[in-house]
Amino acid sequence: MQDAASSRLSLPALVGLSMALFAAAIALIFFYAPTDASQGLSQRIFYFHVPIAFTSYVAFAWGAWKALRYLWKRDERADLESYVAIHQGVIFGSLVLITGSLWAKISWGVWWAWGDDQLVLFLVLFLFYCAYFMLRYSVEPGPARANMCAVYALFGVVLVPISFLAIRISKPFLHPEVFTTHGPQMTGQMFFTFCVAFAAMLSLFAVLYQVELAGKRIDMRLRELRELLA
Amino acid sequence: MTPSEKYTAAVYLVVFVALLAYVLIIASKLQRLERQLGDLTERLRERGLDG
Repeated sequence: MQDAASSRLSLPALVGLSMALFAAAIALIFFYAPTDASQGLSQRIFYFHVPIAFTSYVAFAWGAWKALRYLWKRDERADLESYVAIHQGVIFGSLVLITGSLWAKISWGVWWAWGDDQLVLFLVLFLFYCAYFMLRYSVEPGPARANMCAVYALFGVVLVPISFLAIRISKPFLHPEVFTTHGPQMTGQMFFTFCVAFAAMLSLFAVLYQVELAGKRIDMRLRELRELLA
Repeated sequence: MTPSEKYTAAVYLVVFVALLAYVLIIASKLQRLERQLGDLTERLRERGLDG
């Protein structure tokens, strides 16, 4: 009950924060960040595509953390939270693939490059988490399903650092390597714009996560009420 | 409009449409929940009248 009350209080504030961050991000992307010398206008796809990708990693990691909490504390709420975080991760993941394909078409002239490890590993990660839903909906609700889903979510999170590092270990590079050990390979203005866009995406994830979670909790309470009235 | 402009606009449009689609899904879910809640309230009221 405390969770529901706190999420009700924080959700409007989160939505306001997200709106402000998105307005700032759009303004910075189109009026502040300099145009890239080699890619031109299409480089501005970076400010949405990369934050969406990082947000999907955060969502999968959050889902794994909640899965670990479920296995550790046996808290049923953590199972639902893990499911919602992974669902959000898959939504952001599909956006990564769509925006990435559009960027690939304008930059490389192809919609998809099977030779690029980063692309293929992200697809593997995405499909792995898509299969999570097949597992979840093929087992009757209960502790057994929650256990299986938690273990699956924990296995999947191993793919996140592999996917992130693929850009550094794959050769030849098709994907631009922006974040290196020497720091971000972009101007200060570009990096600031990227940070604001990333904060906007993270806040959007937080909003969508809270909204979906609230919906699922209401659904559960209604089901309980129906059972009590039956 | 250059191809670069078209593809950049398409990326931002995709994100915007996805967000709208999500709002649409949540709105339909809210409607369903409201219907179910109305149904449960009705059943409770009937029980109250019977009792």
